Amino acid sequence: MRSTFGWFRPRTLDESLARLAEDPAPVPIAGGTNLMVQMTEGVLRDGELLDLSGLEEMRGIELAADETRLGALTTYTDVVSHGPLAGRHRLLAAAAAVSGGWAIRNRGTLGGNLANGSPTADTPPALLASDARVELASLRGRRWVGLGDFQTGPRRTLRAADELITRIAVPVPPARAVCFYRKVGTRRGQVIGKVCLAARAEIADGRLAGVRIALGGVAPTAVRARQAESCLEGKELGRSDGIDALDALLDEIAPVDDARSTASYRWRVARALLEQFLESCRSALEKSSGS
Amino acid sequence: MTAATPIELTVNGVPRRVGIPPASRLVDVLRDALGLTGTKEGCGEGACGACSVLIDGVLSLSCLVPVAQCHGASIVTIEGLAPAELRRLAPVQRALLEAGGVQCGFCTPGVVLAAHALLQARSRPTLEEIRRALAGNLCRCTGYTAICEAVARAATEP
Repeated sequence: MRSTFGWFRPRTLDESLARLAEDPAPVPIAGGTNLMVQMTEGVLRDGELLDLSGLEEMRGIELAADETRLGALTTYTDVVSHGPLAGRHRLLAAAAAVSGGWAIRNRGTLGGNLANGSPTADTPPALLASDARVELASLRGRRWVGLGDFQTGPRRTLRAADELITRIAVPVPPARAVCFYRKVGTRRGQVIGKVCLAARAEIADGRLAGVRIALGGVAPTAVRARQAESCLEGKELGRSDGIDALDALLDEIAPVDDARSTASYRWRVARALLEQFLESCRSALEKSSGS
Repeated sequence: MTAATPIELTVNGVPRRVGIPPASRLVDVLRDALGLTGTKEGCGEGACGACSVLIDGVLSLSCLVPVAQCHGASIVTIEGLAPAELRRLAPVQRALLEAGGVQCGFCTPGVVLAAHALLQARSRPTLEEIRRALAGNLCRCTGYTAICEAVARAATEP
């Protein structure tokens, strides 16, 4: 049994922040789906855990007109089972649906997923392609940061030691945007992905607009493929536009060999996923010209 | 909360009070402190589903749950799904026996709880829904076909 860990269960967010202001050492824990493994493996050996799981202030899904605000303790199951939310944010819903198995989705949280900072996590590409922002709170105040800035490296984030992730805000995407999310791993169910791609685009006057492409598993953090996006923005998606976008990927991702896959396989999959997204865009463009 | 603070939880309908370090894994509390060894530990990292239990009705992996987060909660393990004194198995358990969905049996307690949770949520799940619900429960013997058939069969029981 784990006698080397202390446990502090605050009743309010203020109490949590006060604890961290006085001593930044305690490790915040929510669903525990990552931290409990780190404890089992000995990566985390001792110290105090700050149990956020009872903080109602960090729960809740707020569907405002222009954006959706999700409490950091929102679980994957909360996302998948919330009809209006899943309908509004199809990329996030698709990512949540393939995050872990059912039991993991019941306890793992969006805030925890971002705080953990895994380069292969499933939700960051979907949130990046959705222009999501992260709210950080401390006794010093609250601040909102873009997810791209929040992620600073593998298992590293902008969160200061006295801060907690309290909410995630996701702007409402255009209702008719083409949305594509796919994660590739060794099997379809419950798997840690090798490569994942989340993307969306609107169709305006027979051209692509508002193109967003984000990938996971191919760089130190989830990344936006901004050059590939600009190759597609405003284009009718002729053959060369697609090739330009695929070539642009070369400069934007840097897959490596590791225990789960090889760099060369990740390259092939990343390109194939982008091609699949382009295929979805082509069908949508054809439909829009036919109507 | 310190190591000395007892944690109160209900396990299979019985109120329990355990004086145990709060970061301890629920699976260890169930197996070692309470002697409920029906819950199995396979991988210890949330990949195999063998340690699945219900916490307030929610399917959870007991190797990933710190017992402190179970204070005040009601836990159902494989021992509590169809208590021995009832002398009658749960529909999922009977169906697994009939369909040949049990071989070595190590994954079975987790499979039973996941399938039970699915049938609580959806009375007539499709095969795809059954496969999705059980995707977190690894079985190295059966090839899953008989397990999925059993869950579908259990769903048709009154």
